[in-house]
Amino acid sequence: MKTRLVEMRQKVLKQNDVVARELRQRFHEAGIFVVSLVSSPGTGKTAFLERVLSQAREKYKVAALVGDLATDNDAKRLARSQTPVKQIITGTVCHLEAEMVRSALDGWLPEDPDILFIENVGNLVCPSSYDLGEDLRLVLMSVTEGEDKPLKYPTIFNTADVAVITKMDLAEAVEFDMEAARRNIHAVRPGMEILRVSAKSGVGFEQWQSWLEARIAISASM
Amino acid sequence: MHELSIAMSILEAVEEEAGRHLPAKVTAVHLKIGPLSGVVPSALISAFELITENTEFRICRMVIEETPILIHCPTCRTERSVESIQQMSCTVCGTATADVASGRELDVCAMEICE
Repeated sequence: MKTRLVEMRQKVLKQNDVVARELRQRFHEAGIFVVSLVSSPGTGKTAFLERVLSQAREKYKVAALVGDLATDNDAKRLARSQTPVKQIITGTVCHLEAEMVRSALDGWLPEDPDILFIENVGNLVCPSSYDLGEDLRLVLMSVTEGEDKPLKYPTIFNTADVAVITKMDLAEAVEFDMEAARRNIHAVRPGMEILRVSAKSGVGFEQWQSWLEARIAISASM
Repeated sequence: MHELSIAMSILEAVEEEAGRHLPAKVTAVHLKIGPLSGVVPSALISAFELITENTEFRICRMVIEETPILIHCPTCRTERSVESIQQMSCTVCGTATADVASGRELDVCAMEICE
């Protein structure tokens, strides 16, 4: 009996990466801009998305996929925005994977949207490992969660492109320290863009929309 | 806790490679894991033990090399380590940057077989 080392050199998530790459290519060819959203449960991803969809549909064809372990409550809620919305029920899986996105898209929309939103399962840990083929990954945190959220979950902030602070209407009531939040976000992800919104009052959504449009324009010119 | 599904992906890769070396037994799998991969090594080891418990792979150990986070420091113009995952700035000059050179690894590098 002798022991021998066999080289393998492969990515553990190579299957996910392959599917994500195919999706990205397909989105790019079809001119679909894809934005994914990650946050803890209860940060307000769905409330944010509700406003985003209603606002964006005036100008763009939009659609959304929403992931949850169980129930289609979010899809029902978002359907009120009168845009195509589909629930992905993950069962016991705590995150979305590229294959789930691909099969959800199969035969779903008769026409390609201009913007596709993908709301991940509420979880700040697991979604960080999985590429979904998106152009932009938004990480959301609410003012009620504490300014140190980025320090507690550095990986998800590090893999995201933009931070969105939600529930700004409650900032004063909970004595949210914006400067500390900004410092913490930039400690784990230097230079990260930070947007502030309140889905309740509508504050920040105009800035969000123009910011998104600028990003879409940059992506289209590449 | 996505370590379970990660462990299953690793086992699949090991099974596939092991099939090419029959009847040799796999005694270890070597991985590289970076702090920015989103995977906790100790949880991964437990998950791997759990799924291999009643299989021929129960003798397969997991050997994990934890890679450091390195950035491309724009000031030093070279790869540097960072203060910490919570403080992504160059340990030499202090410049903060999001330009990560390594630390996201989640790779299967090799396996040890006994023949």
